Amino acid sequence: MIEEEFDAIVIGAGMSGNAAAYTMASQGLKVLQLERGEYPGSKNVQGAIMYANMLEEIIPDFRDDAPLERHLVEQRLWVMDDTSHTGIHYRSDDFNEAKPNRYTIIRTQFDKWFSRKVREAGATVLCETTVTELVRDAKGKVIGVRTDRAGGAIYTDVVVLAEGVGGLLGTRGGLRKMLKPEAVALAVKEMHFLPEEVIEQRFGLKGGEGCVIEAVGTISRGMTGLGFLYTNKESISLGIGCLVSDFAAMRESPYALLDALKSHPSIRPLIAGSEVKEYAAHLIPEGGFKAIPQLFGDGWVVVGDAAQLNNAVHREGSNLAMTSGRIAAEAIVQVKSRNDPMTKLNLALYKTMLDESFVVKDLRKYKDMPALLHNNAGNFFTTYPRLMSEAAQNFMRVDGTPKIEKEKATTAAFIKARSRLGLVSDAVRLALAWR
Amino acid sequence: MHIVVCIKQVPDSTQIRVHPVTNTIMRQGVPTIINPYDLFALEEALRLRDADGGEVTVLTMGPPMAEDALRKALGYGADRAVLLTDRYFAGSDTLATSFALSQAIAKVGETFGTPDIVFTGKQTIDGDTAQVGPGIARRLNLLQLTYVAKIVSLDLAAGEIKVQRRCEGGTQMLQSRLPCLVTMLEGTNEIRRGSIEDALRAARSRVVRWSAADAGIEDFTRCGLRGSPTVVKRVFAPAARAEKAAQIDTAEKTLRDLADELTAAIFTRQPALEQEVAFDGGT
Repeated sequence: MIEEEFDAIVIGAGMSGNAAAYTMASQGLKVLQLERGEYPGSKNVQGAIMYANMLEEIIPDFRDDAPLERHLVEQRLWVMDDTSHTGIHYRSDDFNEAKPNRYTIIRTQFDKWFSRKVREAGATVLCETTVTELVRDAKGKVIGVRTDRAGGAIYTDVVVLAEGVGGLLGTRGGLRKMLKPEAVALAVKEMHFLPEEVIEQRFGLKGGEGCVIEAVGTISRGMTGLGFLYTNKESISLGIGCLVSDFAAMRESPYALLDALKSHPSIRPLIAGSEVKEYAAHLIPEGGFKAIPQLFGDGWVVVGDAAQLNNAVHREGSNLAMTSGRIAAEAIVQVKSRNDPMTKLNLALYKTMLDESFVVKDLRKYKDMPALLHNNAGNFFTTYPRLMSEAAQNFMRVDGTPKIEKEKATTAAFIKARSRLGLVSDAVRLALAWR
Repeated sequence: MHIVVCIKQVPDSTQIRVHPVTNTIMRQGVPTIINPYDLFALEEALRLRDADGGEVTVLTMGPPMAEDALRKALGYGADRAVLLTDRYFAGSDTLATSFALSQAIAKVGETFGTPDIVFTGKQTIDGDTAQVGPGIARRLNLLQLTYVAKIVSLDLAAGEIKVQRRCEGGTQMLQSRLPCLVTMLEGTNEIRRGSIEDALRAARSRVVRWSAADAGIEDFTRCGLRGSPTVVKRVFAPAARAEKAAQIDTAEKTLRDLADELTAAIFTRQPALEQEVAFDGGT
């Protein structure tokens, strides 16, 4: 047994865990952080886009030394069918500001940096250490953890579970239910290396500017899914993710989808000549507001992906993770400063504070979206993208057909595919879910 | 007892890529590990310490990032870590490396107690020379036990160590006086996983950082590129040797008979050598 006792033990060194450990350690708490990977970031996978504001709240001057790839000046949203894409592109020089709003990052590097900050703030970080079990007292309060290393239990006032999407520890410990396949996406991505100049030329970028593409359509073969392409300094992250339940039902394999995406005529030229150096896969919580589990209990709180805090509609996850980690830490610091015990009653403060933040407000706004998209995946991810492409081509192609007939043909195609009632109902349901 | 273990941070050779155009090894972005043979050396050192008491110091020469390797060694249970780092060391070959390490080991001895045993790995997996261990031993006037597969026994009171040394076609049982230097093969003992206490201690302890001057090195011309006469002219895969080592039965033979038999066996295979020796003997 370790004699030493900690104010808080943080399980996991991803975005939420690092945010929590950093916040508590810099407020003077005695923090131990346990990470199963060889080093912080070795097990962590993300697209990845990092949102500056949420990190600024934790480390205001992060831009001084954090490994950032490119700040984003252009966002492309594409609807794709097999041979085309219809898109909205938004590019603004306003994003070339002194303190840009969004960056692409490479998590293995970023997490190493974040972890260094955590250690500098005074936390003790142990890697290659897997927590195997939560230790509870007679009343069921979590009072420590056991790891896969010899030496017994380590005791603490409170455990912050930042264990990531799988969350085995919490589910095994009975804190929350196992993930449902329809509430989690499996995303795969590849890192395509290209010289900096080639990337800047292809996307019309200069001086650290970046561009991202996010796409839905037939690329997900009727499943609820999203494809993405992010520009890093000397590489392009290209990936696609779909709900696990869809993969299972459709018997599709993630790598086949990614292969198809790579050879799509709209994507292929963007990655031509690149060398693939990395292949990664990860689960993403997609259940939204309705999937959020119990967030606190006697001696514990749960943050980040483990708490299902992910905004699928806006493709935001790491900022919700960082913010939930920070807020949980602030709640713990408050309870500690009053010399109150880390009971369920006192830790409810975390939930109260989180409810007030954008994290829960955003997720509540889209609470019906996951179910809508999942139940109508065929329409939203195949039928409409095809119709949209046909309409666009019909509009663009000049072949002597009178315009009035072209418009009629487009309208007829929509009605034939979804019926008048279906179109209205899809529009209404989408609007309601968005509201 | 004080044991010094020399380790090296090396690129994980299972993950090295060769540049498609220049055919050179791309070290950038390749994860680093502790040289596997060094880990077996560390494990043996820790076992000896656990059995007989004392301290284990790990020593490495390398860039500042080599501190990660030392911290890992502390996590396995080493008591102290010393990082020898200086721009003067950049570009060292095995001659310059063994010079710098031997100076540092002498300094470690002065500062933390004279080592009874110095361990190194048989060789590193990036250089593959197996020269640094013997180089250190020679400079520090230590008896050397190379290619050791197993430590059989250690008798501190008598100042004796017994080891199994693997050689071509067999295993030798060697006994040596202390202090000595041991270069380890992949050992028979499984590499341990440090306890929570070891891990906590490793996370918190400070790695001792020495420059060339701190290690007591005065002659910088013997360090780094300037102290390295080795030049790589060509890299190629050698053809495997066809002949095998012959065994001579030692049972019930006098040393003189054995020596005669051995000489005869060599001369049968190398007639040219016999001519040469005979000629030398005649002058």
